[in-house]
Amino acid sequence: MRNVYVLGTGMIKFGRYPEKTVPELGAEAALLALKDAGVSIKDVEMFASGNLYQSNAMVGQRILQQIGQTGIPVINVANACATGSTAFREAYMSVASGMYDVSMAVGVEQMGKQGLLGGGGGGSDPAYSTEGRIGSGLMPAVFGQAGVEHMRKYGTKLEHFAKISVKSHKHATKNQFSQYRNEVSLEDVMNARMVAFPNTLYMCCPTGDGAAAAILVSEDKLKQFAGGRVRARIAASVLTSDPYTDRDLTLPDVNTLTKRAARLAYETAGIGPKDVSLTELHDCFATAELVHYENLELCGEGEAGKFIDEGGGQHPGLGGKSPVNVSGGLLSKGHPLGATGVANICEVVWHITRDERAKDRQVPNAKVGMAHVIGLGSACTINILTV
Amino acid sequence: MAEQQTTPVAPGPRPIIGTLKLDPKPHLVASKCGGCGALFLDLKRLACSKCGSSGNFSQVPLSDKGKVYVFSVIHQSFPGIKTPYITAIVDLPEGISVKSNLIDVDPEDLQKNPQKAFGMPVDLVVNAVAKDRQGNDVMAFQFRPSKN
Repeated sequence: MRNVYVLGTGMIKFGRYPEKTVPELGAEAALLALKDAGVSIKDVEMFASGNLYQSNAMVGQRILQQIGQTGIPVINVANACATGSTAFREAYMSVASGMYDVSMAVGVEQMGKQGLLGGGGGGSDPAYSTEGRIGSGLMPAVFGQAGVEHMRKYGTKLEHFAKISVKSHKHATKNQFSQYRNEVSLEDVMNARMVAFPNTLYMCCPTGDGAAAAILVSEDKLKQFAGGRVRARIAASVLTSDPYTDRDLTLPDVNTLTKRAARLAYETAGIGPKDVSLTELHDCFATAELVHYENLELCGEGEAGKFIDEGGGQHPGLGGKSPVNVSGGLLSKGHPLGATGVANICEVVWHITRDERAKDRQVPNAKVGMAHVIGLGSACTINILTV
Repeated sequence: MAEQQTTPVAPGPRPIIGTLKLDPKPHLVASKCGGCGALFLDLKRLACSKCGSSGNFSQVPLSDKGKVYVFSVIHQSFPGIKTPYITAIVDLPEGISVKSNLIDVDPEDLQKNPQKAFGMPVDLVVNAVAKDRQGNDVMAFQFRPSKN
């Protein structure tokens, strides 16, 4: 496999854009990435477009109908919350394999104020809907139980999960791309209305709209286009699905597939968790972030509570260590499903390349960034980028 | 194309999912893989997702007693679903986990003392949760703290 570099990135502020279409949002991010890369759509040889809720609507082609119909191959990708990062990986593989020299990945989503995700069953007669009648398959239930499982195994307290939300909101105040930029206190989080124990409202990510894009190139094209600018190299791009585990079909096992992906990513990149300067991980709920500290080996098994109590995950500028989700994470930055996986790659790229878009929250001396996403069902992607 | 079933079905209680049997007393059934013994709450399985062997399943009854593994208290749900309620993962002695509502337990108390649920012995019960379009009672299973 050849070396692949991120030549340019683009992202629009996450929020709500009811006046725009999905292809329009994606096109905005694509144009920003092309401009940042210093290339034209005519230089792009392959395009992977990630979008979930309109995955049957040829979103990628409709983006090109906005910015340049050059006739290149387009793949429309859907992989639940890992949609954008899977599109990024398709773009990565198309260059790493040697088939193309310049590829583009876009992740885009428009969710509006859509409510709870997941659940279902029942077929044509709603009397047979199982949701709420034989337990819950909604995302808040799944990730509530993942948190309760950690409580059961290791004695973790509600306060540990709540501290994550406080941290993420504080981080988001420095991110101009974040959907929410308000600080919350520990009391605010603990006393907020409960959605699904132990996650209160501020421990659940919002719905929203957004888009992010990246231009990927081979080493030759990097020399041609980068003009001496520092650019991130993709040291590992891993995708796993859920292996068989005893309770996975009843309670989706978000841990095992992340652990496997993390091991594979570290081995591929030839680094260990101590080498990672910053991590953007999939904090769809505060409970998810806590279990992933262990799954990504940022701390030992069973030590996530201690990790948080000792400032783990906090920005070094706030006195923390092993910074996680300095963008504000999904909890504050937002989680437009298809956009998330590309947006968190943008974030780590900006830190390790000293991009001005991260200047207000720059992690000092950042050299290696890790971006992790889980799509329930399940898919896990981990991308490690280095300079 | 196969002929549609024309045998009239007597009106009466209907299970909410096919793996819940109401007679002679309410219980769940599972598909058991002949290759590795893995159990699935799914009677139409083509192959085993644990060992990969196919076409080798038998139907086995499951115990109506189990132990709570984990839970969550749901405060926001679909229209018509009363909240708060407890959703729980229950481990059955056959080595399969099932999901349903935990009843006769105070949700607020469990939020304050989550450890009370861990390993809690529970019994399977059934209750009518809705009426279908033909007017039949739709029967769902729940778990409640074991009486003995």
